[in-house]
Amino acid sequence: MTVSTAPRPAPTRTGPARHGRFGVHLFLTAVSLAFLAPLLLAVYASLRPYEETARYGYFSLPRHLSFAYYRQAFVDSGMSRYFLNSLVIAVPGVLLTLFLASFVAFAVSRLRIRGGTALLMVFTAGNLLPQQVLVTPLYVLFNKVPLPYWMSDSMTLYDSLWAVIAVQIAFQLGFCVFVLANFMRTLPREILEAAIVDGAGVWAQYRRVTLPLCRPALAALGTLQFTWMYNDFLWGLVFLSDGDKLPVTSALNNLRGQFFTDYNLLAAGSVLVALPTVLVFLLLQRHFIAGLTLGASKG
Amino acid sequence: MAQSPFSGSDAYGEVAGRRMSRRTLLRGAALGAGAVALPALLTACDSGPSGITMGSNASDAVPKKAFAAAFTAYEKKSKKTVKVNTVNHENFQENINRYLQGTPDDVFMWFAGNRMQYFARKGLLTDISDLWRDFGGFTEALKKQSTGRDGKQYLVPYYYYPWAVFHRKSVFRERGYEIPRTFDEYRALAKKMQKDGLVPFAFGDKDGWPAMGTFDYLNMRANGYDFHIALMSGRKSWNSPQVKQVFDLWRGLMPYHQKGANGRTWQEAAQTLAQKKAGMTVLGLPHPGQQFSAADRPDLDFFPFPEIDPVHGQDAVEAPIDGFLMSRKAKDEDGARDLLKFLATPEAENTYLKYDPNNIAVNSGADTATYTALQKKAVHLVAGARQISQFMDRDTRPDFASTVMIQAIQQFLNNPDDIDGLVNDIERQKKQIFAAG
Amino acid sequence: MVTTRARHAGRPGPRRHTRRDLAVLGVLLGLPILLDLALIWGPTLASVGLSFTTWDGVGDIKGAGLDNYRNLFTDYPPFWPAVRHNLLWLAFLGLLAAPFGLLLAVLIDRGVRFSRFYQSTLYLPVVLSLAVVGFIAQLILSRDQGALNAVIGGKDPTDWLGDPGLNIWMVLLAACWRHTGYVMILYLAGLKSVDPGLKEAAALDGASERQAFFRVVLPTLRPVNVIVGVITVIESLRAFDIVYAVNKGRNGLELLSVLVTDNIIGEAGRIGFGSAIAVVLLLVSLGFIVTYLVQELRGEQQR
Repeated sequence: MTVSTAPRPAPTRTGPARHGRFGVHLFLTAVSLAFLAPLLLAVYASLRPYEETARYGYFSLPRHLSFAYYRQAFVDSGMSRYFLNSLVIAVPGVLLTLFLASFVAFAVSRLRIRGGTALLMVFTAGNLLPQQVLVTPLYVLFNKVPLPYWMSDSMTLYDSLWAVIAVQIAFQLGFCVFVLANFMRTLPREILEAAIVDGAGVWAQYRRVTLPLCRPALAALGTLQFTWMYNDFLWGLVFLSDGDKLPVTSALNNLRGQFFTDYNLLAAGSVLVALPTVLVFLLLQRHFIAGLTLGASKG
Repeated sequence: MAQSPFSGSDAYGEVAGRRMSRRTLLRGAALGAGAVALPALLTACDSGPSGITMGSNASDAVPKKAFAAAFTAYEKKSKKTVKVNTVNHENFQENINRYLQGTPDDVFMWFAGNRMQYFARKGLLTDISDLWRDFGGFTEALKKQSTGRDGKQYLVPYYYYPWAVFHRKSVFRERGYEIPRTFDEYRALAKKMQKDGLVPFAFGDKDGWPAMGTFDYLNMRANGYDFHIALMSGRKSWNSPQVKQVFDLWRGLMPYHQKGANGRTWQEAAQTLAQKKAGMTVLGLPHPGQQFSAADRPDLDFFPFPEIDPVHGQDAVEAPIDGFLMSRKAKDEDGARDLLKFLATPEAENTYLKYDPNNIAVNSGADTATYTALQKKAVHLVAGARQISQFMDRDTRPDFASTVMIQAIQQFLNNPDDIDGLVNDIERQKKQIFAAG
Repeated sequence: MVTTRARHAGRPGPRRHTRRDLAVLGVLLGLPILLDLALIWGPTLASVGLSFTTWDGVGDIKGAGLDNYRNLFTDYPPFWPAVRHNLLWLAFLGLLAAPFGLLLAVLIDRGVRFSRFYQSTLYLPVVLSLAVVGFIAQLILSRDQGALNAVIGGKDPTDWLGDPGLNIWMVLLAACWRHTGYVMILYLAGLKSVDPGLKEAAALDGASERQAFFRVVLPTLRPVNVIVGVITVIESLRAFDIVYAVNKGRNGLELLSVLVTDNIIGEAGRIGFGSAIAVVLLLVSLGFIVTYLVQELRGEQQR
């Protein structure tokens, strides 16, 4: 079921605004370049040998340019395996977070259940705490939760990807509930009421009536959540002791030595690691903006 | 609202595109989740607990390869398997508390000194005194650094790297500089270098630890090793006249240090030495060479930190030792002991150092024939030492080093004049931390 | 968009839930609530408890009363700078990055060409991970090897990252760099949904473009303002990764979350003390949440 809630009016062609846009373009181009310059400089550095940039500085003419660091970064850090770990964490993490958060948001904003606002506050406030606060109690807790061997080779929740996925979901729920609840309030009540008159149960109201309207918002949140879960590093670090289970962000740290770090190699690795998130953004840009459009509109 | 045709047509494309690709997107994501998550999560059961597990903090290419060579040598010899679990050095350190209480490997890499004794006291390590009875080739100083407060041995030392004052031979030769033996000569040399347009001391403390080396040496030369260790273990007070004197001596050298140390990595500092813009720098054996081109490396040399009080001379050498420990929760205890026995042999150290020539072996039986001139000199320096210190962040409590001393030293570098305020601050915080037990 | 607007007439919704409905509600509300309580609020309360103890993470937990707080307020030099920096962060993001993001959104929304390009470029910093940000800071701002000093030249190069009076501003710029794109995208979306009829009506009334924006457009953006406000508070109080990547949050770059990390996460086992810092952070956060709650309820009544 697709409801055409395209927020934009048909393009109107009112003339005068078209002219005199030169200044705006100049400004936007300048800002864009300023935003892009550091990234381009990082890519440039990743193409040059360390000895050269250490000697002549990062802002100097190239003497050697090559992609050698990219190959080295990929091979030395064992990136492919870590990349898989990150997907195992991020993909179910994003999907489950969106599913659970959308239902809570639905219940809070559409069902008029008692204590809905309080529930919303509990979730939103939980999102304000920095991750570091939760580490120690969770560590103790996870060490006490036994798991069968087929689920975790450590026999506890600690040192298993389950722990990381669970924490990722719990930690991101707050933000998603907050945004989705705000969004759902803006949806037309009439459709829901019509469905109720037709005898639709709670699940049908959620799954068949509300969720389809939220798809753009879900795609948008999905992009953000993927970026965050994929880039996150702390949960993996503190709840996994087996190095082979760590997420891809830790592969980057494998490029750092005890003392010596070749920053240009690290830059090459960073570009490789960032590629999936950039790709996801570019692919979902349409959904993203469309989704936020709906989410942000006022009810 | 004015809209260009460009973005207008976009809006329609968006509606159509959304309808189509959203579904594929969701389906793709779900498929991806299933396909990726299940097998990967389940493969955990394939690798049962077989062989000895080794927790490694050597994740970068050179030491990783060197350790792998040593473990392979053991596997060949013993027909056992060593399963290596590698975590980046810094992360390994940050996580050590949780690691040891959770599911640690049988054997893991760690440091000597207080930093090891702490975990021994907490009952997280296995006593290997029985193995030590049969070890050969380790000096008394090494044994002392491998021993816990309870008098039992826990560590198998593997290699170390002394700290000293590094310089370029060619610079000293060309300008006719003499190696300083006393602190006065040291200061005079720095003054002369400055006059010659050199930065006397290349210096970077952005990472917080490099400047500790200078403090340690100043303290050990002025007040002796015993005072230094007592200070590190919290038994002497930081606002004592002795410590003030150390900071005062350091302040006297400040004009000769490279400016802006808190914003400079040690790598950048060593780079100025490599480029002959600076005359000297206080660092460890593996550090400055990394910044030298292969052709320049033979030109790198060092001298021991000069004497301040003749009573203490140049007796103490700061030479952090890395080695192996067995965790209390080791599953394959016999295998772990066997592996540790092997790692204590000269042969194991030779294999390692063949691939990583930035350190020197601790075992006197190790082969030094392949050492560079610099490594040989380092062996000589450590062999002549009457006491060996480990480095501030290994000789004192890690929480004190990382939450008090790093900040204090950086503050001193920013403002070397308020020594009284500084040492009082340190002492107050020290009391809280050491009182906590 | 006008037609899809919900009308809250204040009448109570029908409340006839079948047993199946209750089961669905029980499971799908129960699970997230359980997760949130077990993995977020439980540990939070445990941290509050731990803040009255001393514990190194290995041995016994010993009660300490209010000692941690007393030490924190009086004898921990980085504490007050950290509080200051967090508030500075909030002011900087709230007063600079957010309005700048809004400005960019308004300009792009006016229908310029290449808007896709601008959007992507300005959003790109949001997806960067910690390692990249740290490296980029070094790349540009390093005193000896950085690009900025190479461009400026001069005999006595500025120590952008090492000077404790200067580095916080550099890091704030980097934070703005990331926050602006985030805010821009949110406003861009909000602006696209503003009913063009409103603006046209304002224009007919003779309002200038600026007047129309402040009188008509901005008020209708209230939900976006709330989202942006909450995100800005979250980002400011939780701020961590940029300073940590630059120099581990020391020497002028202290932040509360860094102090928590130093004491809890690292080899340093000062869990009670670190928890006390976390509690302070929690109280500050709750202050903002309560403000938000009040504002939200007021908004609800207006509708």
